[in-house]
Amino acid sequence: MAVDSGHRDGGCDWDGRWNHVKKFLERPGPFTHPDFEPSTESLQFLLETCKILVIGAGGLGCELLKNLALSGFRLIHVVDMDTIDPSNLNRQFLFRPNDVGRPKADVAADFINSRVPGCKVVPHFKKIQDCDESFYRRKCVLLNKHLIISLLSYEDGVLDPSSIIPLIDGGTEGFKGNARVILPGMTACIDCTLELYPPQINFPMCTIASMPRLPEHCIEYARILQWPKEKPFGGTLDGDNPEHIQWVFERSKERAAEFNITGVTYRLTQGVVKRIIPAVASTNAVIAAACATEVFKIATSAYIPLNNYMVFNDVDGLYTYTFEAERKENCSACSQVPQDLQFPPSAKLQEVLEYLTENASLQMKSPAITTTLEGKNKTLYLQSVKSIEERTRPNLCKTLKELGLSDGQELAVADITTPQTVLFKLNFTA
Amino acid sequence: MASTKASKEQKYDRQLRLWGDHGQETLENAHVCLINATATGTEILKNLVLPGIGAFTIVDGHTVTGEDAGNNFHFLPTALLSFFLIVLFVQNRAQAATEHLQELNSDVSGNFVEEGPDKLLDNDSEFFHRFTIVIGVQLPESTCLRLGSVLWSASVPFLVCKTYGLIGYMRLVVQEHTVIESHPDNALEDLRLDQPYAEFQNHIKSYDLDSMEKKDHSHTPWIIIVAKHLEKWLSEHNGQPPKNYKEKEAFRQLIREGIRKNENGVPEDEENFEEAIKNVNTALNPTKIPSAVEDLFNSEQCKNITAQSPCFWVMLRAVKEFVHNEGNGSLPVRGTIPDMIADSQKFINLQNVYREKAMQDAAAVSKHVESLLQSVGKVWPESIPEKDIKLFCKNASFLRVVRCRSLAEEYSVDTVNKDEITSCMDSPDSEMVFYLMLRAVDRFYQQHSRYPGVYNYQVEEDISKLKACVNSLLQEYSLNVNIKDDYIHEFCRYGAAEPHTVSAFLGGSAAQEAIKIISHQFVPFNNTFIYNAMSQTSATLRL
Repeated sequence: MAVDSGHRDGGCDWDGRWNHVKKFLERPGPFTHPDFEPSTESLQFLLETCKILVIGAGGLGCELLKNLALSGFRLIHVVDMDTIDPSNLNRQFLFRPNDVGRPKADVAADFINSRVPGCKVVPHFKKIQDCDESFYRRKCVLLNKHLIISLLSYEDGVLDPSSIIPLIDGGTEGFKGNARVILPGMTACIDCTLELYPPQINFPMCTIASMPRLPEHCIEYARILQWPKEKPFGGTLDGDNPEHIQWVFERSKERAAEFNITGVTYRLTQGVVKRIIPAVASTNAVIAAACATEVFKIATSAYIPLNNYMVFNDVDGLYTYTFEAERKENCSACSQVPQDLQFPPSAKLQEVLEYLTENASLQMKSPAITTTLEGKNKTLYLQSVKSIEERTRPNLCKTLKELGLSDGQELAVADITTPQTVLFKLNFTA
Repeated sequence: MASTKASKEQKYDRQLRLWGDHGQETLENAHVCLINATATGTEILKNLVLPGIGAFTIVDGHTVTGEDAGNNFHFLPTALLSFFLIVLFVQNRAQAATEHLQELNSDVSGNFVEEGPDKLLDNDSEFFHRFTIVIGVQLPESTCLRLGSVLWSASVPFLVCKTYGLIGYMRLVVQEHTVIESHPDNALEDLRLDQPYAEFQNHIKSYDLDSMEKKDHSHTPWIIIVAKHLEKWLSEHNGQPPKNYKEKEAFRQLIREGIRKNENGVPEDEENFEEAIKNVNTALNPTKIPSAVEDLFNSEQCKNITAQSPCFWVMLRAVKEFVHNEGNGSLPVRGTIPDMIADSQKFINLQNVYREKAMQDAAAVSKHVESLLQSVGKVWPESIPEKDIKLFCKNASFLRVVRCRSLAEEYSVDTVNKDEITSCMDSPDSEMVFYLMLRAVDRFYQQHSRYPGVYNYQVEEDISKLKACVNSLLQEYSLNVNIKDDYIHEFCRYGAAEPHTVSAFLGGSAAQEAIKIISHQFVPFNNTFIYNAMSQTSATLRL
């Protein structure tokens, strides 16, 4: 029985604990980052100073927390608005059957803190959007859902490098995954490469309503048309309620029988209603490992970080492909280049609002539109503050000309869907 | 507290959608052996326990060190910590890991053996025969080769894994691994438009595009449209289908002319015709047996069916017989068609034409299976159930067989794959250099009974010793390649470290390969995988 007295600093390190990590921090090497200096202080930096924010405590989040904790990171915050579901248990290994219903962030933090002595994971059971700006002032930010948060500050159009918080983003789907390093304002952001993410499949209404051919069409019929009409259990359809799914399953089977369609199963029904993406432990392990390696490199300058996108697929053997995703010149999220807005001067502001919400590449939720008129900042329309909404509502019925806007006018649009204000330039058409 | 069937369905739902209930069953019947519960080992096992393998056994003669407890998530005794004093029982690694891994999933039963593999083999040469797969982690070369030989003779799949600094390494050793359900990402449809079978031809005859009502015309499946127009084209072109770009364009135009026009001569909006035009290229793909399948037809196992032949080869031979008889040179019809714009009835009717043909073909294949089995004194359908034959026929185009070279072949001077090594090393920074460095490091261990650079003071002085090992390795195998000094330095710097994030990457990769071996679904790699965490790149080498 070996007994080792603890040190006053961390209070809980034992002999040899960080040997595997130290070799990369205290020894010079031929492939290290040009800025790298071997030192015993780097480990102390990881253990005592470096703060990480992990967004999501699910498949990738659990793996990330473990990876970070065993790499020396101790000051970790984790945000997740979800509670634990039985279907999480095949891969979200910080959770047990007894934990079902409890907040993921809380359970994950508890588990890591009790398993890895000295680690101080702080949980936040809330939506990431509900956290205020000061919350994000951390050294590295980790994403594992496709969210971008940027707190870049620009002075006269020039980016302040100290305001850059590196983002490491990972995503998985079945046996495929990707990991990327984003230095906002410098490297490609998520919006720059939005085309890499295929859009969700939605079946045409006429197929669902009158010409079903696949079992999925029958399920969508029950979900989209029959449920709202019959309201079998009162309110909205809850994909997590087995009774609701059972109802949809039975209606789908009836519909399928009408058209001689085979293949409606309970599992398929649930999959369609909840838009389930298949998931396994292994892919999450791989991608979270790659992400954590990058966090380590960036935090310690041990090696040059991934530049900047890696894809992984192990359906047939194991395949990885690493490339530098390029910034899109006129990216609406990160380029600072005003987006073109084409409207005749007789168009009403309402039409501009509709465009901002309905356009496929914008899909804003409730955009706030401001501009500069006669040297002064003017709010044209803002929905989220009641008093301002009432005051600016009449503007919606006015034409752009009536509002005093001219050709080439810049409009600044803020919305929950974009990290920064998006600049638009009015281009008057005939 | 084992789960009920319903709770298992819930728990495993997300993975059942990938490998199905039958795949899950193979996992639950599997007994996996892990040798060495290092961070890499326990991460691999964690990713097998979570999806629900039946049982695991950890073989490890080592005790937990402070280093081990630092990079491994599955050791730390949670209840024994106080703020000022850490108490580490000197526990055997296998035992320590088994407790935590077992706890991850109550459906799995865990066992451990507090003994190294060499000693085990000395006492019981058949110890490892009972396992579905053996995963060996951080094995010294001699142990690895010995296990390789034992497991090869016993036909037990062997997966060798190693994390060395920022390099991950995997080697799969399996003599013959058959895959029926490979689940290819981009499979071509099997529509047979170039060689329409009788029932399909009859079905097309039932359509008269010219006399149809507008509504029916606009909701006729594109397969029918292409088939009809192809008939027309063939009659006008001497039975020759469109071959080059010009002809295919003309064919598309022919289809476009089939679009109904309104009273003013303006073409109506007929999306099904647009679909037909868009799909001309794939529709005109000649029906062909993939070369991979042809190779299988020509292999010894297919030609010589005996009473010991695995089901895969019996079914394959049956399909081959089918191809040469009822199939007229083609595989059994797959029986699926993609979704397309059409009214329900037309689509279902068309789909049924394909489905019935597939059933017919599968029945014919079954007949061949029956006679093959009879010829070797076995009984059908008990030996090979009909549903297995149907699944086989449905996947006939996607069959794969993976055959890995043995470790003996890889390591022997006579059979080393010199070509692969030297051609990769034409780029001196290719992942092959890490393979060679790992071999050199093994050599160092054999000579010095330790790995290079473990202690700080050793790093510099070990560089020349490691370089000597590199040179002797290259010389022994007559490999005319150059390994940059930087790599030798880097491997001394690594000091045989096993950082957790690299272990975790291998943990996910290896676990999935093991699942592929167990389930016979998806295709395993062949045979060496190298991961470089410095550049986040990887390569698969055949050695």
